[in-house]
Amino acid sequence: MSRQSTNLVHQDRIGLEERLLNVLATGWIFLLLLVMVAAFYALRPEQFGSVYNIQQLAINSAIFMVLAVGQTYVIITAGIDLSVGSVLVFASVVSAKVMLFLSGAPGTTFGTTDAGWGIVAIGALTALASGAAWGALNGVLVAYARIPALIVTLGTMGMALGFAQIITGGVDVRAMPERMVTHIGSGELFGIPALVLIAAAIVIVAGIVLHLTRFGLHVYAVGSNEEASRRSGIGVHRRLVAVYTVCGMMAGLAAVMANARFGTTTINGHVMANLTTISAVVLGGTSLFGGKGSVFGTVVGVFIPIILLNGFVIMGIPPFWQTVAMGAVLIAAVWIDQLKRQLRNRG
Amino acid sequence: MRQPLLEARGISRNFGHVQALKDTDFRVMPNEVCALIGDNGAGKSTLVKILSGAGRPTGGELLIDGRPITFHSPLDAQAAGIATVYQDLALAPDLTPAENLFLGREIAMPGVLGAAGFLNRRKMRRLAQEQLEKLGVQLKSARVAIDTLSGGQRQSVAIARAAMWAERIVILDEPTAALGVVQTQRVLDLVRRIRDNGTSVVLVSHNMPQVLEVADRIEVLRLGEQVADVSADEVDVDDLVRAMTSGKPREKAA
Repeated sequence: MSRQSTNLVHQDRIGLEERLLNVLATGWIFLLLLVMVAAFYALRPEQFGSVYNIQQLAINSAIFMVLAVGQTYVIITAGIDLSVGSVLVFASVVSAKVMLFLSGAPGTTFGTTDAGWGIVAIGALTALASGAAWGALNGVLVAYARIPALIVTLGTMGMALGFAQIITGGVDVRAMPERMVTHIGSGELFGIPALVLIAAAIVIVAGIVLHLTRFGLHVYAVGSNEEASRRSGIGVHRRLVAVYTVCGMMAGLAAVMANARFGTTTINGHVMANLTTISAVVLGGTSLFGGKGSVFGTVVGVFIPIILLNGFVIMGIPPFWQTVAMGAVLIAAVWIDQLKRQLRNRG
Repeated sequence: MRQPLLEARGISRNFGHVQALKDTDFRVMPNEVCALIGDNGAGKSTLVKILSGAGRPTGGELLIDGRPITFHSPLDAQAAGIATVYQDLALAPDLTPAENLFLGREIAMPGVLGAAGFLNRRKMRRLAQEQLEKLGVQLKSARVAIDTLSGGQRQSVAIARAAMWAERIVILDEPTAALGVVQTQRVLDLVRRIRDNGTSVVLVSHNMPQVLEVADRIEVLRLGEQVADVSADEVDVDDLVRAMTSGKPREKAA
């Protein structure tokens, strides 16, 4: 048969155009963030733009950022993790108890202990390991037992919080190693708060893994079409367990950060963490149906409520309005996403 | 006589008391488009499942290059060089065509980065483009998600993916059932090019003019039995219909 010539379209040029369109279409939430920052800065430059305020914004977002990164992975696989807040509490309680025990201080101690870095490291590893263990349990139940993620993580949400209360009798552990509180919780490196550095490192690593590696591609593939992934030879179950384990481990890391920041466990302080992180992830353009999303989007999605609240406080608007505004922004975000999809399907 | 690439001998398959396949033969020769036709319930799907490793025969044997082989799963069939494109396509709609072509067989970066799992997207895109170009598949862009493509383009990507990894045989189960006229023609062109590139194609279809247009050889199933094995230029639509319905293929008009 004669060689047939194929006149392929100039793929790269059109690819670039489409990419720009894509950035514009998904970038509106980023634009919203920029507009908010510009508006608050224009209205109250000296308060909003102060170094102190910017540091506070970054610190406030650090713990949520770490949680939301794990949540991003889970949601891209078309799952959901409602247990992140409770796992954070569980990990922080276990970690604090271990550090307290190792430093030999009585359980009722208030304030700080003089535990060394070794004990702090063991405490941190304990938090990471217990977070990862809850995550692995979530993953196994979702992947192998085929229970919907919503139900699995609703269950472990209750269990993790319940165990944390059983371990402590419902009373927060209020003694943390002083070194941890000073150097991690309120420490700085080159003028940047340590907590912010930790969150930034996590964001960068998570972004690289998700967008550049084989594992990241498989996360998208599993969320996009689980059956196709299985037929292609991808170990779907193992990928799911890994993703939920990472999400749990992120909650463990967030527990270390919270302990260091507040100098106490915060048993009742993370009830809403799951919904806050989910809405941040969705605001950032990650689809609840799986297969789509980015870490950068999540970063934007985490900052929006925090900057909104900060701006309202500075402007003297009652902070309760932030909750109202956030609800509206979230609905608008998903609505715009739907419109976009309809437009594309028509075109 | 040439050795068949894939041969099924005396295959039967029972579902309880129902005999879906009764001692049926089927073969695929090198470098051919072999059409498998038959009425609804003739056993086409059952046979395709057995050939692609998704089902086990109750009796009979499969041979590849003349050697007996047993498939325990579709992965076994894939390892033997047989890929199947089902009607649901099994693509990841949110990924690009290149990512779909290489799904499960990604190319890593060389050296340390590759060991750490970093993907060589540039190389995958280039090879994907070469593969699509070789098969004459035209996409408006190689960088957009599959779900922005038309049904025919998606079908083409799924077939190109199968052809890329199947060394021997690509099995297509009703590939044009949901397509329009132009898109159907493109898929048929694609089928020919796959054959011209040295991979045999098994085309399962209802559409007889289409089968006559593209197939080299036609095998007809009726009630679980092979009733005809004919060269495509020896028969017309009437012959095929007669074979499918009465089981008598070569009843020449007197």
